[in-house]
Amino acid sequence: MQNLRRIIRAGLINFKRSSTVSLAAVLVMTVMLCVFVGLIFLQAVLTYSLDQVKNQVDVTVYFDLDVPESQISNLKKTIDNLSGVATTVYVSAEETLANFKERHKDDYLTLQALEELGENPLGAQINIKANEVSQYEAIANFLEKETVLVKGEASIINKIDYHQNKQVIDRLSALIKNARNLGLLVIGIFVLISAIIVFNTIRLAIYIARDEVKVMRLVGASRRYISGPFIIEGIIYGFLATILTMVIFYPVSFWLGSRMTNFLGLDMYRYYLTNFFEIFLIILVASLVLTIFSSLFAILRYINK
Amino acid sequence: MIYFNKVSKFYDQSLILDDINLTINNNEFVALIGHSGAGKTTLTKLIVGEEKPTSGSVFFESKEVNKLPAGQITKLRKRIGVVFQDYRLLPHKTAYENIAFAMEAAGKTDDEITADASYVLDLVNLSDRLWHFPDQLSGGEKQRLAIARAIINQPELLIADEPTGNLDPVATNEVIQILKKIHDLGTTVILATHNRAVVDSLRPRVVTLEKGKITRDDKHGHYAI
Repeated sequence: MQNLRRIIRAGLINFKRSSTVSLAAVLVMTVMLCVFVGLIFLQAVLTYSLDQVKNQVDVTVYFDLDVPESQISNLKKTIDNLSGVATTVYVSAEETLANFKERHKDDYLTLQALEELGENPLGAQINIKANEVSQYEAIANFLEKETVLVKGEASIINKIDYHQNKQVIDRLSALIKNARNLGLLVIGIFVLISAIIVFNTIRLAIYIARDEVKVMRLVGASRRYISGPFIIEGIIYGFLATILTMVIFYPVSFWLGSRMTNFLGLDMYRYYLTNFFEIFLIILVASLVLTIFSSLFAILRYINK
Repeated sequence: MIYFNKVSKFYDQSLILDDINLTINNNEFVALIGHSGAGKTTLTKLIVGEEKPTSGSVFFESKEVNKLPAGQITKLRKRIGVVFQDYRLLPHKTAYENIAFAMEAAGKTDDEITADASYVLDLVNLSDRLWHFPDQLSGGEKQRLAIARAIINQPELLIADEPTGNLDPVATNEVIQILKKIHDLGTTVILATHNRAVVDSLRPRVVTLEKGKITRDDKHGHYAI
């Protein structure tokens, strides 16, 4: 306990006395964390955009005209229980007709033809949204199995529009997958570059103190006692850089929110405030892991000499 | 206490120490003399495990220094005080903190540090320089601070490598008086020097090194090169 207190005190004093080196390390660390938060924002925009595109996709099951509502309701329950199904919405025959009329309100001929029929030619529908675009095929295949859909001997389903949209859905599915992979790759590369820069900055800070480390060894200080203050310094770099980054991103996200929401599709200011603690924790943990690892690695090199 | 058994040391292709056999007993005051490059500093570095011999063995009591693991070397160094030729003070610590660091490393309590650090700095006439950093001290003051750090944990062995090398005669005399006092208190002292006046005033055991070889070993010797 006494040693820990001394190590923490020594770390704080070293940080203060090597102010130029400390400032440089904190600034480099801050730049790295800004890149990191920028990538979190980018990923959020990408995910949001992809979700928006995904929400445009669904599969609609069209029922025959005379299918009782109770039977459709049973089928809806079965579909709800399928893995991969996010939501199902039942649209009655009347609602289908109303929607049709609304869609064709400017199409006089169609509406007149509908009038002349005298009865509702449209059946009920179920709109199905899947969790992932890739899951629509499995859902459509399930629905096409006769055993699930029989009304006595005949099928109650008039049409499932999956196969008409299959090509678009497949393309979209591939696009989303590629966009995600590309996003992760870009993030990975930037994080790696930033981590190497921070790692070398901390190594440089410890390199400057290498003679001091040698003297400490010669006066009988243990490895832990020597390396402890350097690790504390690293923790201070990480902590201060985290706070600085969070402060910097407050006005940045405000500006993005007020000026760029239409372009990005997502209000970054709201996103930042909503996820403030998660972002804080992510960059704090990332910076601490990096600084502690860098300090340990660098100090071990000189301590073993 | 210390035993060199057929110790040789090469740096790259240069022979620095050549087949050294030397025994130093408890409470001896030994002066290692020789010209610059004779191997005095290397000999002292072998004792604290800062260097390893190319061949042969160095023993501190029953322990072979060059075969000790890192943890044991740390323990050994706590029993040895070293005054380095170039002081090797911690530049970012004040005079008081330099002393306190050596005491903390030895596991002393805060109360012990408060009492002893001030006392030893008073002993070497640095009580008015407690909060000065090394670069704010003169050469003599740095040397006295280095001595204070070396003796603060009451080591069994004190190694002083050219402790008067950069000092004027008054400061030299002060340093010699401190070393004498420490030896009188029961500490073994090894003094590496090429200062004739210092050796002749102390009349210690004198071990003469020339080109890495021991050429003389006189019980109460004088400077004779």
